[in-house]
Amino acid sequence: MFGAGGGTSSYEEVEETDVVLLWGSNAREAHPIYFHHLLKGLDNGARMYSVDPRRTSSSKFADAWLGLNVGTDIALANAVGREIIAAGLHNTDFIAHSTQGFEHYKAAVEQYTLEAAEEITGVPAHAIRELAHDYATADTAQILWTLGITEHHNAVENVLSLCNLALLTGHVGRWGSGLVPLRGQNNVQGGGDMGALPNKFPGFQDVEDPVALAKFEAAYHMSLPNKPGLHLTLMFEAMERGEIKGLYVIGENPADSEADVAHARKLLDGLDILVVQDILMTRTAEMADVVLPAAVGWAESEGTVTSSERRVQRVRAAVSPPGEARQDTDIIGDLANRLGVDWGTPTPQDLWDELRSLSPLHAGMSWERLESEGGLQWPCRDSDDPGSAFLHGWLWADDLEGRNPASFSACHHEGPKEQLSDEFPLRLTTGRALDSYNTGVQSGGYASPIRYGAGVDVNPADAARLGLGDGDRVRVCSPRGSVETSVRIQPDIPEGLTFTTFHFPELVDVNQLTNPEWDPRSGTAEFKAAAVRIEPVENQRPEQLTPSTDPATTPADG
Amino acid sequence: MTVTEVSVNLTINGQAVSVPEGTSIHKACESAGIETPTLCWAENLTPVNVCRVCVVEVEGSRALVPSCARAVEDEMVVQTDSPRVRHSRKMVLEFLGSSVDLSQATELAEWMRHYGADPDRYDQPGLVAERISEEPKIQDDLYIRDYDKCVLCYKCVEACGDDAQHTYAIAVSGRGFDARISTEFDTVLPDSACVYCGNCIGVCPTGAIQFKTEFDMRAAGEWRPDEQDVTTTVCSFCGVGCNLELHTQDDRIVKVTSPADHSVTHGHLCIKGRFGWQYVQPPTRK
Amino acid sequence: MADLFIGDDIADEIETAAVKAAIGVPTAVVRETERLVYGGANRRHDHRHLLLPALHGLQNAKGWISPGGLNHVCELLQVPPAEAYGVATFYEMFRLDEPDHPSEVAHVTHVCVDAACQIAANEELIAELESNGEHVHRSPCLGQCERAPAQFRQGIGRPDSVPADAVEVARQIPQQGDPSLRLLRNVGVVDPTSLDAYRANGGYLALAKAIEMGPAEVCTAVADSGLSGRGGAAFPTGVKWRAVAAERGRPKHVVANCDESEPGTFKDRIVMEQDPFAVIESLTLAGFATGAENGWIYIRGEYPLATARLENAVIQAREAGLLGDDAAGSGHHFDIEIRRGAGAYICGEETALFASLEGFRGEPRSKPPFPTTHGLFREPTAINNPETLINTLGIVLHGAEDYRSRGTERSPGTKLLCVSGRVSEPGLYEVEFGTTLGQVLDLAGPLTGSGTLAAVLMGGAAGSFVGPDALDMPLTLEDTRERGTTLGSGVVMAFTDEIDMTGVLVRIAEFFKNESCGQCVPCRVGTVRQHETMVQIQAKGSLSAQRRSLVDDIAEVMVDASICGLGHTAASAVNSAMDLGLLSKSNGEGPQFRERS
Repeated sequence: MFGAGGGTSSYEEVEETDVVLLWGSNAREAHPIYFHHLLKGLDNGARMYSVDPRRTSSSKFADAWLGLNVGTDIALANAVGREIIAAGLHNTDFIAHSTQGFEHYKAAVEQYTLEAAEEITGVPAHAIRELAHDYATADTAQILWTLGITEHHNAVENVLSLCNLALLTGHVGRWGSGLVPLRGQNNVQGGGDMGALPNKFPGFQDVEDPVALAKFEAAYHMSLPNKPGLHLTLMFEAMERGEIKGLYVIGENPADSEADVAHARKLLDGLDILVVQDILMTRTAEMADVVLPAAVGWAESEGTVTSSERRVQRVRAAVSPPGEARQDTDIIGDLANRLGVDWGTPTPQDLWDELRSLSPLHAGMSWERLESEGGLQWPCRDSDDPGSAFLHGWLWADDLEGRNPASFSACHHEGPKEQLSDEFPLRLTTGRALDSYNTGVQSGGYASPIRYGAGVDVNPADAARLGLGDGDRVRVCSPRGSVETSVRIQPDIPEGLTFTTFHFPELVDVNQLTNPEWDPRSGTAEFKAAAVRIEPVENQRPEQLTPSTDPATTPADG
Repeated sequence: MTVTEVSVNLTINGQAVSVPEGTSIHKACESAGIETPTLCWAENLTPVNVCRVCVVEVEGSRALVPSCARAVEDEMVVQTDSPRVRHSRKMVLEFLGSSVDLSQATELAEWMRHYGADPDRYDQPGLVAERISEEPKIQDDLYIRDYDKCVLCYKCVEACGDDAQHTYAIAVSGRGFDARISTEFDTVLPDSACVYCGNCIGVCPTGAIQFKTEFDMRAAGEWRPDEQDVTTTVCSFCGVGCNLELHTQDDRIVKVTSPADHSVTHGHLCIKGRFGWQYVQPPTRK
Repeated sequence: MADLFIGDDIADEIETAAVKAAIGVPTAVVRETERLVYGGANRRHDHRHLLLPALHGLQNAKGWISPGGLNHVCELLQVPPAEAYGVATFYEMFRLDEPDHPSEVAHVTHVCVDAACQIAANEELIAELESNGEHVHRSPCLGQCERAPAQFRQGIGRPDSVPADAVEVARQIPQQGDPSLRLLRNVGVVDPTSLDAYRANGGYLALAKAIEMGPAEVCTAVADSGLSGRGGAAFPTGVKWRAVAAERGRPKHVVANCDESEPGTFKDRIVMEQDPFAVIESLTLAGFATGAENGWIYIRGEYPLATARLENAVIQAREAGLLGDDAAGSGHHFDIEIRRGAGAYICGEETALFASLEGFRGEPRSKPPFPTTHGLFREPTAINNPETLINTLGIVLHGAEDYRSRGTERSPGTKLLCVSGRVSEPGLYEVEFGTTLGQVLDLAGPLTGSGTLAAVLMGGAAGSFVGPDALDMPLTLEDTRERGTTLGSGVVMAFTDEIDMTGVLVRIAEFFKNESCGQCVPCRVGTVRQHETMVQIQAKGSLSAQRRSLVDDIAEVMVDASICGLGHTAASAVNSAMDLGLLSKSNGEGPQFRERS
């Protein structure tokens, strides 16, 4: 947002904010401890609106749940913006001083009347109005989102449509107000910070910026590409075109996690060489030519990870890696050695110090400070810098600290790529359950008494229409494939919508159904919106809903 | 965010103490180097002041006051070691020792010695003092609840409810000596609202709620706290950045807690952070 | 809010109808359309106080609270079932297991087992009732000590009732019609069901005068009168009212504490039954004086007649414009809600009462903060019992000077006394402060039975015993305190030397053990250990030296370290009996008890 890839606010801020828009996020289950901070806010009197196609366990804490149609977020956000402007509740001083493109935005959202938005989103107009007024008139307000916003073909536009609301009201760059994307994995933020993006060096420095390029080339003693590389989705496209023939996968399980996974597996199969470095034999590892067993990053290694509030914290080795498993850094170092480069044997602290010397955002975070201060939030530019609780305070500075004003972005409603049809009349969306994680590689390792299990949630009316009872076996078909699973009749899911988790690929290979259409700017696929058909399976067979409690007998977990 | 601190001056055991306004007597004692026994108090919970083991004598107050919950006032005169205070602390510890199994409440054992508590003096020839007598509830693979050890400090209820988790799977039921921590109609935990965050375990001071792993190891005589190490790291299951304390014995993780003073977790975790570590050491990863 | 998880059990039609009748259709969650649901913490908080009435509805419908019924209420009010279960199991009048008696049973008969009834052949009554096929529940004091042994019928599918309510008033108030009565002047004289009759006898003149005077002057008059609380703690009423009046910016409350549960006490019941409009008028006056818009009456569940009379009085007052917007022409909104307790002595403690009324377990809260700033719903609250409240009517009408012309300098006014035990005219008496204990007992007629006076229990189970040498004691706050006893809630219960005092004391100890809320260790365990001591005395006639040394240790920690008054006073009656040698006397050669220091 506005130039740096991180959530603007600290967790503590949501404890003191007045209005929370929880948008496309089931934080109660996906980010439970962040939700504790949010609960403190609610206990302190904050009002919460939950915008989500499903009435999730998070929504049940909200003052109002707005159950929009899947993929209509921009229509809703634009209607909120239009209503704020129409009611004269926008922050004209802030807009004039700190932003640009307001008139363009205003014209763009003009068509999104409350009535039009009700038509598109399914949410009653008066509720959109209430949300708009409450958000705009609050002293402080935050917008929180997760994959409900970003796992769409127009993910970036979805995000921008929410950022517009913050610019309209001045709910950013101040304590208590902000824009908070919650990260799904413990180092998604850190990965980006460290330059694990196709177009960035560490510290969000652009590979196309000659000054940055020169700095990194000097530090690394070698020439570096000055053009962005490929993100995951483009890599698969390149594999399809035969341009990528070898893949080195570290700690990722694309053979289970990619949208339209059957196609992805075919591409992985067709590679000349697949190397997988992982801690467990994932489905991807099973397909690999070479498997490099690795240490568990957070329990068997030393290093750092960065959280959703940009807090860099230490991970430490508590137990030894088993068998032949080795540290990631050692594996990569040895690999470099075989490729003819001697990187020596740097310690994690050596690597960190190199990073600090290259990334101004991290310059002030000495290893000692990370140890003694319980983590630091970037930017932290020198040893006296206490770190930054929130970003974009410059928006409120008289001179904007010399920066350009933040830009409004005109975004328009498109809806999911895959339209419903007579053949595929139901919408399928996916998400997490509290006790499980991604493809279940890790969370399958313990016996949760509350495991939601594989299955597809169906509204009672849809179930009745299809003649389905709770627990019945069904086949769920999308244009890409079909899976067998069982039905869970769930009154909290609206008619026409179905939902499943993706935690049990060995039982139900959900990503055979999901749509690989992806956002050209972020590379994220539209996991959240597929069109499906549900049909009963004639030969009912009892299903083992819960993975075996003994990891030894778990069918390879993918 | 800027807090102007007003100082309050008081006397504790004749010693002048100055602390910020709003400080509890307990914290003021701590700052003066005076240790206070606590049981129902915890850094990360709102004081419920039910155990009364932290009581102190405050001049002008008829009854003793709970130091954990009472804020200091200017010119307050506090005694933490008067005969009345010693008597009440001793009696509270004796009462608990005579009612429940405190064998795993290691901190209390030291205080009981300190105050000369003798829980056995309530048993007489022909009269056995009533005790809480309950079988351990083993209803799943993650927790056990052994209310034979429960001192009814309310910590688990607070952690499950208002102070952290807001799940309210357990509450105090019944009244008086028959009061118990319970689900509705004592239904088994997997059929209750419980989401297995384990925050009740995290705050339990007596082992009345504990990890099944710990319970099993204790039963097998394999639980050796003296040989355990604690390593602080960060959970891998989402991007919130919860600090985990991995308790290890013989190079294996045996349980997981979180530091109460950490700004992200305040000592509380979710089911994945608390129990999800088991994949690190399955039989397949050797 | 919570992860509301409702189990599979569902309510039947009888239960859902009963809940609807009790609390209407709550809006803790509103499903406006399939795409718009209103809910959240604020709505849940706003509805929680309906939990207790809803539980009453379920209990009455079926004679117990079933899992399905509880689930239904939890869903409606968005209360987590474990919490609702914790609340329901807190109260004597609720049962959570299916009763073994057939569903067509009309009621369960509660028979009192506390002191006044214990010495009035209550066991014979129980045996008789049981032989008649009645389902009997042994209950703590039912507040009918003047007509011991007491019964209360908890209805199933029909209203609760008290058989003795048919008895005429004269038997309860021997002084009825005496022109010198101040607090009881209407009792037995004015139709308690008629607002017109109440007004015809001077009712609502005090409120009219108060409105003329203005809130500040009313508070001044109450303060100048020297009126202090009549529940036992004797806190100055004027100070309390002024403190609440000074609070600004938050909703404020006045609460009538009608949860009279101190064994031996029945004064407020008779006032509420026979002069309910006075309670309503004085509570309205308190609301006016303190600036509180919300009046609450929390009445113990075993008082069906008083509840009905107050409900009727509130309805009539509302119809007459004496409650509601511009109550009684004051320009001030004030209305009253009535809530029934469900059998818990501890709920007479003011902070426990708040918790109970709010829909939580009736556990006392730590003070400070005090109710005047953090009372009901943690908002400023003045809480008084009916006797205290009705005193203010005379103070406002006749002035503080007039009020102080009765009683003593430090205990001005008159006092209601609940005289029971072995006297021939037990009942409610109004006397000036300073009347001696002997004079009061004389008023209540000769002792019954053939024994001589052995002891008088002053102030109830939380009070203490005095011997015959205390008959000259003037009944004032200062004199009773000086003699090491208390007026408490006005209990004067006479015991003769025919009575097995050990049995009485075992029961008093059992009472505290049963009524301890269980929150704090000194009281939860201390009351159990005290009871064990009494049982040992009863069994052996003496105490071992070791056990003897424990008695004072237990008492001391309960007094010093308990959270609330229940624990502070739980050892008082027992220890006073030991000091008086009452136990040794009834047990031949018993232990020698040490003098009270």
